[in-house]
Order: sequence, then C-alpha cells, then structure tokens
Amino acid sequence: MSDLYLKIDLQHPEFHLEIDRRIPLSGLTAIFGPSGAGKSTLLRIIAGFERGAGHVAFGDETWEDGRRFVPPHRRQIATVFQEPRLFGHLDVEANLAYAARRNGQTVAQPALIDRFDLGPLLRRRTEALSGGEAQRVALARALLTRPRLILMDEPLAALDHARRGEILPHIESLRDEARIPILYVSHSLSEVARLATQVLALDRGRVTGLGPAAEILAEAAVRPGFVGTEPGSLIVARVTGMTEDGLCELGFSGGTILTPEAMGSTGAPVRLFIRARDVMLARTRPEGLSALNILPARVEAVTPLDAAAAEVALDCGGTALRARITRRSVAALDIAPGTECHAILKTVALARD
Amino acid sequence: MSPGDLAPLWLTLRLAALVTAILMLLGTPLAWWLAHTRSRLAPVVEALTALPLVLPPTVLGFYLLLAFNPSAPLGQFWLSVTGNTLTFSFGGLVIASLLYSLPFTVQPLQAAFTTLGRAPMEAAASLSASPLDAFLTVAAPLCLRGYLTAAVLTFAHTLGEFGVVLMVGGNIPGETRVISIAIYEEVETLDYGAAHLLSGILLALSFAILLALYWLNGRHRKRARR
Repeated sequence: MSDLYLKIDLQHPEFHLEIDRRIPLSGLTAIFGPSGAGKSTLLRIIAGFERGAGHVAFGDETWEDGRRFVPPHRRQIATVFQEPRLFGHLDVEANLAYAARRNGQTVAQPALIDRFDLGPLLRRRTEALSGGEAQRVALARALLTRPRLILMDEPLAALDHARRGEILPHIESLRDEARIPILYVSHSLSEVARLATQVLALDRGRVTGLGPAAEILAEAAVRPGFVGTEPGSLIVARVTGMTEDGLCELGFSGGTILTPEAMGSTGAPVRLFIRARDVMLARTRPEGLSALNILPARVEAVTPLDAAAAEVALDCGGTALRARITRRSVAALDIAPGTECHAILKTVALARD
Repeated sequence: MSPGDLAPLWLTLRLAALVTAILMLLGTPLAWWLAHTRSRLAPVVEALTALPLVLPPTVLGFYLLLAFNPSAPLGQFWLSVTGNTLTFSFGGLVIASLLYSLPFTVQPLQAAFTTLGRAPMEAAASLSASPLDAFLTVAAPLCLRGYLTAAVLTFAHTLGEFGVVLMVGGNIPGETRVISIAIYEEVETLDYGAAHLLSGILLALSFAILLALYWLNGRHRKRARR
C-alpha cells in the first residue's frame, strides 16, 4: 500500500499550514477539522494546484520538492470538487468521454455508467442536471481517469439533505470496492463518521491527530474549542434488517439500535455518531419511556468537565460510549467506575447530519 | 463608377481580417497572463495595452513613423528581411494596426478569462489534460463569446482607422489607401459621389457587424435565463 509524505510549510492569511507526516493510504482518509483549518489548501497542494508549499511525495514518487514539480495532469489523481465542475459546452456523455480519451479509453465503460445510473442522463446538457445528478457525473468522470488516488473536497457540501443521501452510498461503495485510496476533506462530523476508515485531524494548519476513524473522532470530539463538532462517540454497526413497523435495525457489539431512518440494505456497514449530550443514564432499566434505544453499559470513568457537567465514559459491550450529564446526576445516581447502568440514546442522535 | 473605386474597400477588409487574425493569436497569451498573474508588473502592462484607447492616433502614428524609419532598428530589420521599408507599406499598416487595435482584443478576452476563473482549467487538469490541451478544449470554447466580441470589435475598429494610417501609411493606391483615407481624399477633391459610396458602405458594414454582435449576445442572455 502506498503512502503520502507531506512536509509542508505555508503561510496563509488565515492559518499557518505546517505539516510533516507520512500518511499511510488505505480506504478513505478523512481530512477533518473546522473551517479555516487548511483542509482544502492541503488537498490543493496534494493535487498540485498550489505550488511552492514544500515537499509532497506519493509512494516513491516525488511530486514536489524545492526543485521538482510534477504538474497536476501528470499525477494521475482524480479530484472531485465541491461544485461538480462539469464542462458546460459539452453534454454529459462528452464530459465522460473527455476523461476517458485522455486516459487510454475511447468511451466510458457501460459498467461505470450503470454503476452511477447515468444512462438516462448521457444526452443531457450539464446545466439541465440537478445537483445530485451533476455530482454523480463528476464522480464517474473522475473515476474514468483510472486514478491512483482520489481527492474529494467536500463533495456533498453544496447538496441538500436528500441529494446527499443519493451520493453517499456511491462514495461508500467506492471506498469498499474500488481499492483506490481516497482523501476526503470535510468539516461534517457525521459525514466523516459515516465514511472514514482513517482520519487526519487538522486544526489551524496543524495535524492534531492521525489514525483509525473511531479513535481520532473520539479524541477530537472531546478536545475543547473543536468548532462545529460536539463531544460524542462513534459506533460501527451493521444493518441487520427492518422491523415490521418500519424501523431499521442495526447491530453492534453492544446490542441493537433502532432508527426510523433507513440506513441501507441488510449487511451494510453503518457508522453512527452519538453525541455525548444525547446519552442519558439510568441505574435500572427504565420503563415507560419513549426512547427506542436503551443499552446496558458499564461505567469506565467519570471526568468532571466544569462546575456543573461531567463526562461519563461507558463500555457498551466493547464499544466506547460517552455520556454528558450533570455532576448532580453523577452524585444522585452514585455513578463511579464499575457501575452497571443503562444508556438511553435519544433517537435524534442517530441522524447522519 | 470604375472598379478602382472599390479597391480601398478590399484593401481595408484585407487589413482588418489579417489584423484580427493575428491579434486573436497574440492577444490570447497576453490576456491570459493579465487575467491570472499576481505579478506587480501587471498594472504596467495593462496600462500600456490600454494606451491606444486614449492616445491621439497621430501621437501613436508619430512614434511608429520614427520606429519604422529605415535608420531605426525596427525599420532597418524589416528592410533587411523583406527588402521593403515599413513606412508607406501594407506591412507597416499591419504592424501599426496591431498596436492600435490591441486593447479591443485584449480587454474582452481578459474579462472572459477572469470570469472563467481557474476552476474549469483545474477540472481539466484533474482529468489528465495538459495546460495547452485544457485551454484549447475547455477554456477557449467556454470563452467563445469573449472571442467573438474581441474579434468583432477588433475588426470594426481596424476598419475605421484613419489617423495612424495617415501618419505611417500615406495614400498609396492598392498599398495603403484604405477606405477612410480614400473618403477623406474624395471629399477634399469635392468628389462627393465617390465619398457617398464608400461612406455608405462603411456605415452599413459597421452597423451590420455591431448588430450581429449584439444580437448574438442577446440570444445568449436569453438562453442563460432559461
């Protein structure tokens, strides 16, 4: 598996991007952080759109150092931008052919057209496409370049909720099937939680974490000042089926979670982000409560956050879960490491966005 | 009316077409550079490019006359390569017109390139298109309207050139006697009939060209609104 070596020192009006890391590439690596952290700039440096920032190497290939510079079109990377950036003077089919012809093919393979369900769109003008359709074309067009690395710069940010749901499964299947490493810039915790196998956390130009998604997200989530995100925990689950009354059933090491929202077909892996403040605790299994999800858990640690609040780290059948409750409740329920209790997840906490 | 009466018209059209073609080629890299550079030299180059807009044609003509003189480096070089002098020749007119009409090419193109932005070129590069490839297949077609405007304005402006021609070209039939010079001379010699003919043709031609330009622009606007 190839890796990406970055030694970057770039002064930007909003941040000082300073990175010296070797990033192993596999699956989807999310470049995650608040806006103004330098995520998109980092991606543009990797793509070759920004020059002179330092040293960039992919595997044993140096893309940029003090002397050498491999221009973007020779890097064999595909970039999917926030806006689809389709060529307005060409129809959909010609947009695809543009990428295919420059990469040793004559036309887009039918398999790819089927995969992104583009058949009915081929003759359309790009301006007649909806946002989701356009981004599907952009994804297919990027894949036609036979890239060794795919860069995605917040490809869902310009889409509404429904359109996002249309694109997300395509990115997931790309991650799981295509075996092309993906670098994915996002400031949306739910998106990263759902998609990332690995996370590079960036804050004000500096790497604040690099590692498996669950680990980094949990870390990042408790760090103070992490704008736009909230403390919480990541649960890796799998769709196990649908209930008769229309709920989606997700299984994970700590039990079963139900959600009114369809999360995918049976067997599909799902990542859930549970905000700490959406977890309530009870010493005995509560009765007469409207919450769907009540999971047995054991308290691992109790950390006071401020005068009033405390964070409780829970072990839920091997999955770490965080709850944020008042210190008064900690005292009232007599919660301490080793306490067996029940975690109540509010349904809303399971939303993807 | 003799066939010679229309000779200035053909000469003028030939000059305008040649100048437009050359300027589209030369103006493209200059306009592209101006649209994308962060160099501190850019305002200087921009001001130089725009000079012919404000300078009296006689001033431009005066300096060109000096430069075209066979004892000046440019005039000498031209003479040694072509065997002709630049002054009072068609070649000299072409060079003078290139400078005179430069802003009418560069400014619309620069505006079009600026509006286009970097995004389409980056997208093309990410699809493995080299910069030249990307320019020819993406940027240029997307800036087609800019090119059309630049070509029409350059052509029309060269058609009406008078002062510079008078300074560097004189009035040699078939060589430098363009339509505006011919009209001037006909009026001076009180040949109003010939002046009417050429003036009428120039008026109609200019109007038709501008009408075509605005009609195309209007149609584009309508399509964009749809």
